[in-house]
Amino acid sequence: MSDIQIVDAPPGVEGAGFFATSLDKAVGLARSYSLWPLPFATSCCGIEFMATMASHYDLSRFGAERLSFSPRQADLLMVMGTISKKMAPVLRQVYLQMAEPRWVMAVGACASSGGIFDTYSVLQGIDEVIPVDVYVPGCPPRPEAIIDGFINIQKLVQTESLRRRDTPEYQALLAKYGIL
Amino acid sequence: MSKITNEELLQRVTAQFGKNVTNVTDPYGLLTVETSREQIIDVLSWLKADAQLQFIYLTDITAIHYPEIEGKEVGVIYHVHSLVNNIRIRIKVFLAEGDVNIPTATTVWNGANWMERETYDFFGVNFTGHPDLRRILNVDDMTVYPMRKEFPLEDPNRVDKKDYFFGR
Repeated sequence: MSDIQIVDAPPGVEGAGFFATSLDKAVGLARSYSLWPLPFATSCCGIEFMATMASHYDLSRFGAERLSFSPRQADLLMVMGTISKKMAPVLRQVYLQMAEPRWVMAVGACASSGGIFDTYSVLQGIDEVIPVDVYVPGCPPRPEAIIDGFINIQKLVQTESLRRRDTPEYQALLAKYGIL
Repeated sequence: MSKITNEELLQRVTAQFGKNVTNVTDPYGLLTVETSREQIIDVLSWLKADAQLQFIYLTDITAIHYPEIEGKEVGVIYHVHSLVNNIRIRIKVFLAEGDVNIPTATTVWNGANWMERETYDFFGVNFTGHPDLRRILNVDDMTVYPMRKEFPLEDPNRVDKKDYFFGR
């Protein structure tokens, strides 16, 4: 027998010849293991991400084999590195171009809070311009930390309602950022 | 090695401009002189055009802010390089805070265009006659000149370094 682990079926009702579960759980499971990340790498955290994608750490194991370099096809925006104030509108544009459902991960101190760059030219955390789902601490974080952040995104994807975009909380969050 | 010494260079400059060139120093061997904004373009174009000196290369234009020196708060600094003689000279012009205007050096070097835009961007120096004086590095809607001393270097939106997080 192969020792490759396969993901368990979501909780449901099983009987002879049938298995019933809710659509939320089935779709959440499928989505979480086929996330297409868009790497928005601007500095050293991007180098750690390259290590994360490479054979040693191999992010593909978690279903993110296919990186999307078009925001239109991406599910997960991974922002890695210092975002200057001049870059902020570009980042926001990329986020706006992504289709729902979409998630955002801020990797490293700079993307999360501005990091050591407490200065007039650097955005003090990307959550000033777009909503963020998961923050990964570190300067830069090790590949394990990035993978941990990715697994947390997967948990969000599995447990969130199928149409998060319709919930009043989510719409209020987007409205806070001026996104309709 | 330079083909001409600082002394020879200074002799040529003072012979040409006399009292319009003041405050001569040479820190770390770099001849530094001060002049006025009325004279600066004459000095630069003479240095560039002189058949012997040939300061044909404008290395940099920058500025400095000394808020404590009354009437000479903002200094504009030109570095020029004679590639032929392998010697450099630094020329400073000091301006008063309320009147930070100086003629553009784009009439002498086209390369001064972006240097002056940068100096305008960070110090708010107005280069009169510049063809396109607007911000070059910072965001277009920035309202301050960030290298002026009156503007805080740190971002005021930052909250995680407030004293109460550290029991102060």
